[in-house]
Amino acid sequence: MHDDVVIRVIAKVMIPAVMLFALYVQFHGDYGPGGGFQAGVVFAAAFVLNAMIFGLNRGRHAWPARLNLLAICGGVLLYGLTGVASMLLGANYLDYDVLGATTQSGQHIGILLVEFGVGLTVASVMVALFFTFAGRLTHIRLMAKMQAHEEADQRKTKRKARSTKKRARK
Amino acid sequence: MSGFFVNAALISLLTLIAFLAIRLHRLFAVVMLSGAFSLVAATLFVVLDAVDVAFTEAAVGAGISTILALATLSLVPANEKPHDFAFVPAFLAFATAAMLAVAVADLPAFGDVNAPIHNHVAPDYLKGSAEDIAIPNVVTSVLASYRGFDTLGETVVVFTAAIAVLLVLGGWTRRKEDGEDDNA
Repeated sequence: MHDDVVIRVIAKVMIPAVMLFALYVQFHGDYGPGGGFQAGVVFAAAFVLNAMIFGLNRGRHAWPARLNLLAICGGVLLYGLTGVASMLLGANYLDYDVLGATTQSGQHIGILLVEFGVGLTVASVMVALFFTFAGRLTHIRLMAKMQAHEEADQRKTKRKARSTKKRARK
Repeated sequence: MSGFFVNAALISLLTLIAFLAIRLHRLFAVVMLSGAFSLVAATLFVVLDAVDVAFTEAAVGAGISTILALATLSLVPANEKPHDFAFVPAFLAFATAAMLAVAVADLPAFGDVNAPIHNHVAPDYLKGSAEDIAIPNVVTSVLASYRGFDTLGETVVVFTAAIAVLLVLGGWTRRKEDGEDDNA
């Protein structure tokens, strides 16, 4: 998209740092500010930056669409299934006490799992929204081009039909 | 006393940005101003000791929302269409603001220990978080454990919104001939 050396080099340095920071926010949320929502957004920001600097196509390669749908659903599923797991172990839905050896370690495991689910869903949703909005313009242009081609083809076939008719009359 | 000046400066900055955003007609400038508004709001949350909220506001409000608005800007004209002064929306906005201003007078003072919000379930959460859950960040223990159902609901809201956007704008069509992968 932008062929600017400074931006490209800085982005290459920044993107891994942003992703690492997102992971820190995700898994350090028990101890400091942060958690799944924030980490998901920061993680998505790395991919958005990648797509903004290196173009939408390369951005899509870094985060494939099919994987994205799986991640959107997988995060919510992970959250819900954590609740189901605690139910199967004999407690209430989303009561993490029974997930670990002690109630406290159970709480830790439960919080880690549901926060990871939240982060997964939020990150993939943000990337999907960005690609959808940003890809809209190319999509519209593509559709317009295809329509123009189709119309041109139709005109051509009509003209051909007319000329063959004329020739037949002759 | 210095806290008062910090708050006053931040709130007047917020008001200024909001006013500018209403007055300007260049949409790019309006988007940038909304990002700046979120950043100033995040600073205000830090002053109020709500770092988790500030973090979210900075990441979502100033970061991703601005990016999404910019992506949308590439699809719409650069300037807002000139239009007449809209009386009914203006009246509704002023009426709501006036009602809120009246309601603020009835709020308990900031940090008041006798405020209802501090006497309902919050003491149990604050005391119980150290023993039951044993993680230092009470916000996380409330969000993920005590209020796990709410957070599940929020996640499902995000999920549903994304599915709706993808269904409307995702480029899934009935045509079978185009094999391009354009669905996200």
